[in-house]
Amino acid sequence: MTEQKTEQHWPLWEVFIRSKNGLSHRHAGSLHATDATMALQAARDVYTRRGEGLSIWVVPSNAITASDPTDKDVMFEPSESKIYRHPTFYDIPDEVGHM
Amino acid sequence: MYTQALNVKDEPAAAGDPVLEARFQAHVDAELKIEPNDWMPEGYRKTLTRQISQHAHSEIVGMLPEGNWITRAPTLRRKAALLAKVQDEGGHGLYLYSAAETLGTSREQMFEQLLSGKAKYSSIFNYPTLTWADIGAIGWLVDGAAIMNQIPLCRCSYGPYARAMIRICKEESFHQRQGYEIMMTLARGTPEQKAMAQDALNRWWWPSVMMFGPSDSDSQHSDQTMRWKIKRFSNDDLRQKFIDATVPQGHFIGLEFPDKDLKFNEETKHWDFGEIDWTEFKRVIAGDGPCNKQRMKQRRAAHDNGRWVREAALAYAEKRRNREAAAKIAAE
Ligand SMILES: [Fe+2]
Ligand SMILES: [Fe+2]
Repeated sequence: MTEQKTEQHWPLWEVFIRSKNGLSHRHAGSLHATDATMALQAARDVYTRRGEGLSIWVVPSNAITASDPTDKDVMFEPSESKIYRHPTFYDIPDEVGHM
Repeated sequence: MYTQALNVKDEPAAAGDPVLEARFQAHVDAELKIEPNDWMPEGYRKTLTRQISQHAHSEIVGMLPEGNWITRAPTLRRKAALLAKVQDEGGHGLYLYSAAETLGTSREQMFEQLLSGKAKYSSIFNYPTLTWADIGAIGWLVDGAAIMNQIPLCRCSYGPYARAMIRICKEESFHQRQGYEIMMTLARGTPEQKAMAQDALNRWWWPSVMMFGPSDSDSQHSDQTMRWKIKRFSNDDLRQKFIDATVPQGHFIGLEFPDKDLKFNEETKHWDFGEIDWTEFKRVIAGDGPCNKQRMKQRRAAHDNGRWVREAALAYAEKRRNREAAAKIAAE
């Protein structure tokens, strides 16, 4: 197929949807579209056919800056080692009741 | 839905970095997900790219046999349901192409592999839809078999594939139920309608049973995909599960299965079934099924006829960008 070489590809977009229950927008998947308007329409058709959402965000995939998976040990180590950030770290006598 | 791609050969695990490979396998063994930018063995990437893209192709080609009946659906209710089902299958194809793209192959490359005949799709879609009852049989049996195959894939080690499968499985259940309802309505209708349902079951039963791929004794390919947790159950286990679930459903609506050896085994509590015609399976996979040529011809025509739309959309987006840029300059 010669088309491969001549046909330009449609850019990739990431789709985020906010559901009815008040949670924040959540990544639903991705799709190809020539511009933002088309990406929104396609996202409606592809990702919300059964009342999955009340709001859609589309973001060009190449606009996202992601953390490097090879750095994840270093990146997330500080959150692993600080057990005093969790409520269970603190001893409260049972007599005090629920806290 | 349709994962006959499971029958593909594993890529040999090329000699890679043993330290990275051990870390990768430990990650998989711990039931953690592998994500697009994580290190992965080349064989894992290749096997998954092939499996997910062939799965996507199956969804897309699978729209053809059912699309054949949209304009001839017997009632508006049936037409709306079939239209929605076929639209879902198109969506499934898109989720899966997106998941496969995260492994580094573009959607255009995958299209090219399908249209050039290099990539396979599920052999089930090379059978014709001759009557309206075939739409019932497809939903009930083909989507039913697909569900059996797909539920374990929701736990696949590759994150984007597992997530796509979760979405897909949620949607498949409607497909199977609408198909069974069509069969039930026909089976309880006039003698002619019941005969039509029986005829559809006769033609679709064995191809559906074959959707699970070659018998375990003939496929040496499962080991590596099992170790990588791409696959969780063997072809024969899934096939047995499908038969056990489906046979009582058929009997409930008074239909008979075209297998004289089909018998409930009191000891094993499973349905024993007859010999599968693997020569037919191989023939259809190799391209010589009743509709292989027609399906590919239709797919190519759809791709070619859509080219001007793809080009026009790009040109329009470019024109708008230029116009906005010009307006910005003029405003400054
Ligand atoms: Fe599907
Ligand atoms: Fe389906």
